[in-house]
Amino acid sequence: MTNRDDAARAIRKHERTEATRRTVRRVVVFVAFLIVLALAYTGYKAFGRSLDDAQTDWPIVGRVLPRTDDLTMPPMTDIIAEFGQPPQRNSDKPLAAFIAEAALFTFREAALGFFFGVILGLGIAVLLLRSKWIEQGVTPYLVASQTVPLVAIAPIVVIWGSTSLGWLPFEWTNWMSVSIIAAYLTFFPVAMNGIKGLQSADPAAMELMRSYAASRRQTLVKLQLPASVPYLFAAFKIAATAAIVGAIVGEISGGVSGGLGRLILDFASRYTTGPSRLYATVIGAAFLGLLAIGLVTSAEYFVLSKRREEPLAL
Amino acid sequence: MTDPDRCAVEISNVSKVFNHGRPNEVHALEDVSLTIDEGSFVSLIGPSGCGKSTLLRLIGALTHPTKGDMSVNGKTANQARLDRDYGMAFQTSGLFKWRSVTENVELPLQLMGWSKTERKDRAAEMLDLVKLGEFGDHHPHELSGGMRQRVAIARALSFRPSLLLMDEPFGALDEMTREHMQTELLDIWAKTGKTIVFVTHSIPEAVFLSQRVIVMSPRPGRISSDIPVDLGKRAFETREAPAFFERVTEVREALRFEESSA
Repeated sequence: MTNRDDAARAIRKHERTEATRRTVRRVVVFVAFLIVLALAYTGYKAFGRSLDDAQTDWPIVGRVLPRTDDLTMPPMTDIIAEFGQPPQRNSDKPLAAFIAEAALFTFREAALGFFFGVILGLGIAVLLLRSKWIEQGVTPYLVASQTVPLVAIAPIVVIWGSTSLGWLPFEWTNWMSVSIIAAYLTFFPVAMNGIKGLQSADPAAMELMRSYAASRRQTLVKLQLPASVPYLFAAFKIAATAAIVGAIVGEISGGVSGGLGRLILDFASRYTTGPSRLYATVIGAAFLGLLAIGLVTSAEYFVLSKRREEPLAL
Repeated sequence: MTDPDRCAVEISNVSKVFNHGRPNEVHALEDVSLTIDEGSFVSLIGPSGCGKSTLLRLIGALTHPTKGDMSVNGKTANQARLDRDYGMAFQTSGLFKWRSVTENVELPLQLMGWSKTERKDRAAEMLDLVKLGEFGDHHPHELSGGMRQRVAIARALSFRPSLLLMDEPFGALDEMTREHMQTELLDIWAKTGKTIVFVTHSIPEAVFLSQRVIVMSPRPGRISSDIPVDLGKRAFETREAPAFFERVTEVREALRFEESSA
């Protein structure tokens, strides 16, 4: 072993410790911020109440900013306590368990949708790479596809899925239709960042590949795809949350039960009898989104640190 | 295998026009003729815009002539490219940052379908040749600029192409590293017997390295002088020898003459 190897190893070890420290710091800051947010919420509520008690009118509170009564803003303690309460009269199952089950259901839809969306997005990016003509011809349609309202597509996809896919070797269930809706939102950032990433390959490296008489496929696999990895991870982060949002909206507008979307719809329709249930569920959905981002970021860290690269700043 | 009487590159009356027929038309090269003997070391020098890089890229079939004929190893330049007759090195090393040094050197071999053990052996041999034997597992960003260029040269030579085309490969290096790399390149040239075409804008570099310095002038790009350099085997002292300075002066005069007449 040479000294140089030792030094390189020491540097890498140091980098790993630094990365762990950064992660820990991130979690601490996140939790601290969560507490600050909860305190701000409670503080604002207390401020509004004091205005009510003093019967003074503060033109912003209750007009521009939300009212602070318990129906509009249930107390933070109620929301936290709600996680442990059973939402149904005939069952002891606490709300947290309902949310967890629904989140798992939605996560499955979103994960499948993400997976197929990524494959579709990459496929489109590779297609767009073929020629400037295709890129210029197809891109407007990709953009247009994202402006079509999801609430309009979701029922169509769900009905189409349940009536027209009988020929598949497995039974098509509604949650798979929701995955298609999630994929519909996922593919777009992947395709757009993907084409940018594929084109980001160093021109000198592209000429090198040409001088090696490398085939188009070899250039794609050995150079353009690896060069696009940082861009793809940036897209995956956007796509992961888009997949969750797509799944929840898809459930709601497609009338698919079992996931967070239905739970949110239920609690929203019974809002007056228990506003903190809806708040708790929304917090649950937000955490699902964070989990999705966390998974992608971990994968990114793992892949890029293996390549000793920095993530692309978003 | 190297035969000084055989031509590696033959270029006759070649012109290259960019944006032909448009208002931004550029005559990068006009009526250029040049033959390069097999196994020789030839430098192309000239001010920017003289078409030296274009000429190199024409030889390497990275671009095609608008007019004229050219052949490389007795075939068309493009056929030579398809036959993998070229090793290339540019000013930016063009290393793949996600690959280790060894994997970078193995890249062309991998594309050519070599087996894993053959690749490993050749990469190790090449890294020894450029004196980076211990750095195989490192990644490009852990290396200095000079080391990266050496990896690029190892990669260019890994599949034993008959021609090495270099476009200012040492342009981004500091003077000390540069002189060191020049000595090493000559060493490699002596060991491998490749034909080397070397683009540079440094007069001492061109004189120190080559057997022939081709001086080019811009607008339109053409060859203005062809200066033979016979300094025998280069050594450290060569750079301080009167004969070296005479050639440097000769090339400088040729470049200045072009400037004043332009």
